Amino acid sequence: TTLVPHDCPGTQSEQAGKSSSCQGCPNQKLCASGATKAPDPAIAEIGAKLSTVKHKILVLSGKGGVGKSTFSAHLAHALASDSTKEVALLDVDICGPSIPRIMGLEGEQVHQSGSGWSPVYVDDNLAVMSIGFLLSSLDDAVIWRGPKKNGMIKQFLRDVDWGDLDYLIVDTPPGTSDEHLSIVQYLSSTHVDGAVIITTPQEVSLQDVRKEIRFCQKVKLPIIGVVENMSGFVCPNCKNTSQIFPPTSGGAEKMCADLNLPLLGKVPLDPRIAQSCDEGRSFLNVVPDSPAAKAYKSIVQSEFLQPSTTHPHVPLPSCCTSVVILYNRITLSLQQLQRNLKVPSNLYIIHKTCHKYTNKTS
Amino acid sequence: MEKNNDDSLSQVRHVILVLSGKGGVGKSTITTELALAFRHAGKKVGILDVDLCGPSIPRMLSVGRPDVHQCDSGWVPVYTDAQKSLALMSIGFLMEDPDEAVVWRGPKKTALIGQFVSDVAWGELDVLLVDTPPGTSDEHLAVLENLKKHRVDGAVLVTTPQAVSTGDVRREITFCKKTGVRILGIIENMSGFVCPYCSECSNIFSKGGGEELAKLTESVFLGSVPLDPQLSSSIEEGRDFMQSFPESATFSAISSISETLLNSLQTV
Repeated sequence: TTLVPHDCPGTQSEQAGKSSSCQGCPNQKLCASGATKAPDPAIAEIGAKLSTVKHKILVLSGKGGVGKSTFSAHLAHALASDSTKEVALLDVDICGPSIPRIMGLEGEQVHQSGSGWSPVYVDDNLAVMSIGFLLSSLDDAVIWRGPKKNGMIKQFLRDVDWGDLDYLIVDTPPGTSDEHLSIVQYLSSTHVDGAVIITTPQEVSLQDVRKEIRFCQKVKLPIIGVVENMSGFVCPNCKNTSQIFPPTSGGAEKMCADLNLPLLGKVPLDPRIAQSCDEGRSFLNVVPDSPAAKAYKSIVQSEFLQPSTTHPHVPLPSCCTSVVILYNRITLSLQQLQRNLKVPSNLYIIHKTCHKYTNKTS
Repeated sequence: MEKNNDDSLSQVRHVILVLSGKGGVGKSTITTELALAFRHAGKKVGILDVDLCGPSIPRMLSVGRPDVHQCDSGWVPVYTDAQKSLALMSIGFLMEDPDEAVVWRGPKKTALIGQFVSDVAWGELDVLLVDTPPGTSDEHLAVLENLKKHRVDGAVLVTTPQAVSTGDVRREITFCKKTGVRILGIIENMSGFVCPYCSECSNIFSKGGGEELAKLTESVFLGSVPLDPQLSSSIEEGRDFMQSFPESATFSAISSISETLLNSLQTV
């Protein structure tokens, strides 16, 4: 093994092998030769490895603490409640892995088998993988720079013995940085269904989430839809609703309307959610009849998350990615649209979307 | 003060990092409110916002997107008031399109932060608060490396009460120990919500986790800040909460935390 130099510019960067920090690195020659800028062979290996995974869903948000892990965990629980489905949850938050705790798996360790790392199982059909399972103490901090985090994510995708899966859900850290670029790159040779974006109602949160949406567009990751979490609080005593995180700019609803994205649902604040997460239990089982549990269930059952209604992949021009969602939305009228307008397939919609997002009229 | 006057931090008396392993616990809110509280106490305050992927402070202080000017000694921070008692520098100022995502890998962030930390012409400040993104990665190492030349008084750690959050903050404490940063104390944010209709207190994100964590790690517990719709809407609208609601419980919580902090700086 080799040590990554302190300020490694990244093996794929323009500076690879050329920057001052590359001096003395055993890989300097290799990086300078340009060989490392070629596509990582791991991408093809990951593609082969995950070819037995039917659906891959990323859970993203530009903002931290909005409930990505809570949503990912409950999406996994809800999907796995159908015992005929094989579900896996991968936590790529390297510096703040919360999934082990939320899934009730704190202190579990990963085992090595002939076919790779074995994930930790919550149920027969629900597997979990997180860096939390590789740490020896709850105090362990993972103080890693980008390249090391990327290496870990690669290993999670390539070296974990996932087996045949119906769903792989990937929980991510906040932001638009190494982890996000890596997961998208490493999954680039396989089909990803898309991303579910989580936000809270305030503009302070939405402004970060809009950046995440831009990120998805930049890396051509389809957006399945948006979930508004922490949406109002009903006092358990007097039943009045308070907007603790007020939707001053119209909340996710307005953002989705502006950006033509489906709003999958709104989940209210409920003290029992945080409590269930701390105790590692599924909130959906603890209080199945609460408004928040019902909101979760209706999101999981929404048509956008149903593989049966997922439409065939339509090749799109590079400037637009959100068309997949629009297409999903108006499927019923698409053929009529094409007939009536006499335009080549999808062009009308593509045009509209491009205009909306980039002001280009292609 | 220091012999080297070219050092942009030479006239900055105290530097406090605001850290949390967890995202969305209110680092930027706490940074903003502490800065306002320090200002009310008559201090000259600066905020450096190094959250490259999600800079929130400009909105919270309602400064919009001003042009950043340069002078001989570096970038001139943006002042929020005529008296120049609160200065702010944020990556948000340098972006052309507010919705544009900064999709950068670590090395690029490290380079920008290096510039950020060393090239802002802060002038004379009593306290510089550094607001950071969640985690223990590139940004944090870069901030520390570049501030090391100067002096860092220590870090304030922000958490919410639930175990999922304090678990991440425990890791941040390890980060501080490994990197030799003194922990000035822990603040528990979003601690309980008092219903405005019936005054019933609901512990939406549980209760007491911050205090427990402080005990467990032998750190100072600075206090709890409740969930307060008046605070979140002030933050949303960029209003000075510390000026608008001086009689609220949240106000007294924040003022007492800021007093404790100022006192502990004196004894550093």
